[in-house]
Amino acid sequence: MKYLLLLYSDPAVEAGVVSADPQAEMSKWFAYSEELGASGCMLGGEGLQPTDTATTVRLREGKTITADGPFAETKEALGGFYFIDVEDLDQAIKWAEKIPNVSRGSVEIRPIMDYSGA
Amino acid sequence: MTQATAVSAIDAAFRSEWSRLLATLVRELRDLELAEDVAQEAFVEASTRWRKDGVPDSPGAWLLTTARRKAIDRIRRAKRFDDRLPILAEAAGRQPAPQVLVDDQLALLFGCCHPALAVEAQVALTLRSVGGLSTAQIANAFLVPEATMAKRLVRAKRKIKAAAIPFALPDKANLNERLDAVCGVVYAIFTEGHTSTKGASLLRGSLCDEAIWLAETLARLAPGEAEVRGLAALCLLSDARRAARTTPDGTPVLLADQNRGLWNQDKIRRGLAHLVAAGTQHRAGPYRLQATVAAIHATAEGFGQTDWAAIVAVYDRMLAAGGGPVVQLNRAAAVAERDGAADGLSLLDEMATEGHLDHYHYFHSARAELLRRLGRIEEAKVAYRQALEVCNNDTELAWLTARLNQAGQTSAR
Repeated sequence: MKYLLLLYSDPAVEAGVVSADPQAEMSKWFAYSEELGASGCMLGGEGLQPTDTATTVRLREGKTITADGPFAETKEALGGFYFIDVEDLDQAIKWAEKIPNVSRGSVEIRPIMDYSGA
Repeated sequence: MTQATAVSAIDAAFRSEWSRLLATLVRELRDLELAEDVAQEAFVEASTRWRKDGVPDSPGAWLLTTARRKAIDRIRRAKRFDDRLPILAEAAGRQPAPQVLVDDQLALLFGCCHPALAVEAQVALTLRSVGGLSTAQIANAFLVPEATMAKRLVRAKRKIKAAAIPFALPDKANLNERLDAVCGVVYAIFTEGHTSTKGASLLRGSLCDEAIWLAETLARLAPGEAEVRGLAALCLLSDARRAARTTPDGTPVLLADQNRGLWNQDKIRRGLAHLVAAGTQHRAGPYRLQATVAAIHATAEGFGQTDWAAIVAVYDRMLAAGGGPVVQLNRAAAVAERDGAADGLSLLDEMATEGHLDHYHYFHSARAELLRRLGRIEEAKVAYRQALEVCNNDTELAWLTARLNQAGQTSAR
C-alpha cells in the first residue's frame, strides 16, 4: 500500500525551532530520512518552500487564473511530504509518529488511489 | 426434524458462529465486505439446506466450508489473478486451530475499533461485524434512519479498504491503547442501551445484552486483561438492576427505592466473578473502579445497609486517577448518604461555582433531591426546573416533572 504522509505545521513555530538550534533540528530530519530509506519503504520525500512562494492556478471558463499564495490560508501549512510503500495503515502510522515535527504539527496520511481495479 | 428445530438451530448457529465465521473469513480473504457477503450467503443457504437435510454435526464447519466455496466462486468470476485462491484451496476442508480462532476474533474486534475510524463508525461496525446485528437493528437502537446507518457502515468499509486498515492483533507497544479503544466501544454500546441520551425508551435492553456479550467474549479471548474483566463486571453488575430501574410504565426508580428482589442474581454472580478474576495485581483502571462501586451496591442488603464509606473511598481513587466532575458529583451523593444531606449539598454547591455541570441534568436533580431532604422546598423546586431545562430524555423529563410537583405538596423524606 502506498501512502503520502503530508506534514502540516505552523511555519512560525518551525522557524523558531530551527533557529534555536539548527544543527540539532537538521540532524533529526536526516536521521529520520535515513531510517526510512534504509527500511526500503521510502519512495520519496521533500520539504517545501514556505507558502509565500506558492502560486495557485485555476482554469475557469477557458481562462487561466493565476494567484499568489496557497489554496487556503491557514495557520498550519503543508511543509513537506514523504511517499512510502508499506503493508498497511498501522505501518504508515508508525512512520508518521516518528516524523521529527509531528509533536508540533500533524501528519495527514493519505492512501494513494489504486487504478488497477482490484 | 421439524421446521421449528431447524429454525432455532439456525438462530443458535447465527448467534454463536457469526463472529467466528466472519473473523476467519476476514483473515483468509483480507476483505471485510467480501467476507460479510459470503458469510451472509452461507447462512441463507443453511436456512434452506438444514431444513431439508437436517442440521449438520458441526454447523460452524459447514458454514465455513460453504462460505469459502462461495468466496472462491466470486473471485473466479472476477477472472483476475488472485493470490487468495491458493490460500483458500490450501485451507479447504480445514478448521482453524483454537488459538488461531481466538486471534482471528480479536483481530476482527481490533479492526472494527481501529482509531482511524470515527467512534460512531467503530460502534456500528462492531455491532454489525462482531455482533451480527442487521443495519436496521443498529439504526433502531441508535434512533437514526436506516439509510443513515447504512451510509455510515458503507463509508467505514470504504475507508477500511482504501486506507488498508489492518484486521490484525496490534503489536505490544500499542496493545493497551488499542484495547482501551475496544473497551470504549463496548462501553459506549452499553451506556447507549443503559441510559439513552434521548428518545422515549430509557432502557434499550438489547444493546445492553449485546455489550455484555461483547465484553464477556473479549474477556474470554483476552482472559489476562484486568480492565477487560472490569468492563465485563461493570456491564453485568449495572445491568443486573435492569428490571428494578423502572416501573412497568417506564418511570425511573431511584436506587434507594428499588426492589432488590428484582435484581438479577445470575448477572451479579457473573459480574463478581469477573471482578475477582481481575485480581489485585495491577492498579485498577476506570472500569474496574466503577465495577467496584456497582459490586458494593449489588452485595448490600438494602440501601440503608450500603457501605457508603467504601464507595466514597473508591470515588476518591477515581479522583486521584484524574476523574472529572461526574465523579465528583457521584462522590458528593455518596457523602450525602455517609455523612448527611447537608454535607453532600455543600460539596455540590462548591462544584456549582466551577460550572462544569451546568448542562448535566443529574447534577441539578441530585442537588434538588438533597435540598428536598433538608426541607428547603423552594430551592429544590428551582433546582428541579434547572434539571428540566437541560434534560432531553422523555422518561426522565416526566420523572423530573413528577418530582417537581411532589416537592410542592410534601416535605422532606
